[in-house]
Amino acid sequence: MTKVLMYGNSAIGEAAIRAGCQCYFGYPITPQNELTEYMAAHLGRRKGCSFVQAESEIAAINMVYGASATGVRVMTSSSSPGISLKQEGISYIAACQLPAVIVNMSRGGPGLGSIIAAQSDYFQATRGGGHGDYRTIVLAPASVQELADLTHRAFDLTDKYRVPVLILGDGMLGQMMEPVEFKHTAPSTPPVRSDALRGAKGRSSKIVKTFTSKPTELEEINWSLFRRYQLIKSNETIFETFMAKDAQMMVVAFGISARIAKGAIKSVRANGLKVGMIRPISLWPFPYEKIKQMAEKIKNFLVFEMNMGQMVEDVQLAVEGSADVSFYGRPGGVIPTPSEFARVISRNYFQKGLKIAK
Amino acid sequence: MISKTIFAGFGGQGVLSMGLNLAQAAMLEDKSVTYLPAYGAEMRGGTANCTVAISNEEIASPVASSPEFLVAMNSPSLVRFQNQVKSGGVFFINSSLIEANVSREDIDIVEVPANEMAEELGNLKCANMVMLGAFTKKSKVVSLPTLIKGLEESFKKKPKLIGLNTTALTNGYELF
Repeated sequence: MTKVLMYGNSAIGEAAIRAGCQCYFGYPITPQNELTEYMAAHLGRRKGCSFVQAESEIAAINMVYGASATGVRVMTSSSSPGISLKQEGISYIAACQLPAVIVNMSRGGPGLGSIIAAQSDYFQATRGGGHGDYRTIVLAPASVQELADLTHRAFDLTDKYRVPVLILGDGMLGQMMEPVEFKHTAPSTPPVRSDALRGAKGRSSKIVKTFTSKPTELEEINWSLFRRYQLIKSNETIFETFMAKDAQMMVVAFGISARIAKGAIKSVRANGLKVGMIRPISLWPFPYEKIKQMAEKIKNFLVFEMNMGQMVEDVQLAVEGSADVSFYGRPGGVIPTPSEFARVISRNYFQKGLKIAK
Repeated sequence: MISKTIFAGFGGQGVLSMGLNLAQAAMLEDKSVTYLPAYGAEMRGGTANCTVAISNEEIASPVASSPEFLVAMNSPSLVRFQNQVKSGGVFFINSSLIEANVSREDIDIVEVPANEMAEELGNLKCANMVMLGAFTKKSKVVSLPTLIKGLEESFKKKPKLIGLNTTALTNGYELF
């Protein structure tokens, strides 16, 4: 396979089409418009596929809800304020146990915020987002290649577990171009789930609904969701470790911040500081177990996010008080440089009394 | 080794396509590369800029806070970015439009009469490729043959333009 130079946003679109995505519904918002544009140009022309620019984000997510019930692979995308509007629909999709892929190329907030990259939607993304006791699988790519790979994976995961999958990127990942290689070719006929609602001829009727008036039925629905979430936690937690072997301090960062952190770690390593990194790729399920296990040996963690401290709470939960957890955050908008973060690491490292390698 | 370049100029001068062609060539040479166009509430006739990072290893950040190279196609771009460039870096200046009045002494200055050279070829629009040719010669981040190969790829749908742009690239490259 050859590499092509593509925008992050466009790479998601191409990967979705190759994963057999048949329907896309969206509403424009910067910084993810290239994705909507890509789907308009490429998905709309494919046989049997449809692209709709909806009249609002709320309409778009409800179109996803309906299309998913008919058994097709379906996606929507937006950016932070638009994703907030979609939350009611995501809750309904979760309740109905329907697959859907939702992309959030997040921007700075709160409110309309700014179109510049930030990571301040971590809480919303990893705690379900809408009302009710539900979870979504959350994948956080750090490069254009990963945007493509994780988009494909998102469609497989959502079909396998029938829970919505959220891809949490940011404005910078969406707006930059990098070489990308697509590992799959688009299926000639998009897949249709066996439980699709396409007429009840020859079988008894099926009902997809989110409301029940029976208390015991609601309890059973929530128990079944919970059991599935347990299964996802044990099977689908993904992360990357970097220079962790002899590390005395571990940086924890996700998405674009993890790239910046990696550059910073390379430069402090050159000065003998024993620093490594763990990058959660699935933000939910979060790699609690792995970090807990690391905290048995490594007593210093430094969490780096482009928000004022959200994932740091998960790291604190993971170490269960057995290691020190520091935090460095930037509130979004300004992208810190690797050399800036290298200085933060060094300061923190020596403040903790850690020694450099001879 | 990582090198970062900011390309800047008026909208319409082909600033983004300069960056894109360089990024394409770097990819063909199997290097790590990121291309980041500036985006925001830009207006017609306003300025455009993009950043290209090229390296032999993974690129940490696509943003250039202190790039090695600045390619300025007009005066406002030079004013805006000249203080960001790393000491020992290089300014590539479109001398057809800019009177190089640079106050920094720690920077190499390369003057390219890009507009005039493009007009000699009969099309002002290829001034960006003249500049990119000169940039490639001096910066050595990619080779001229891969740049031409990349150009053929990006003009696949407009093959008529390949000849003109290849000549512009080559003329720029052979300026020094």
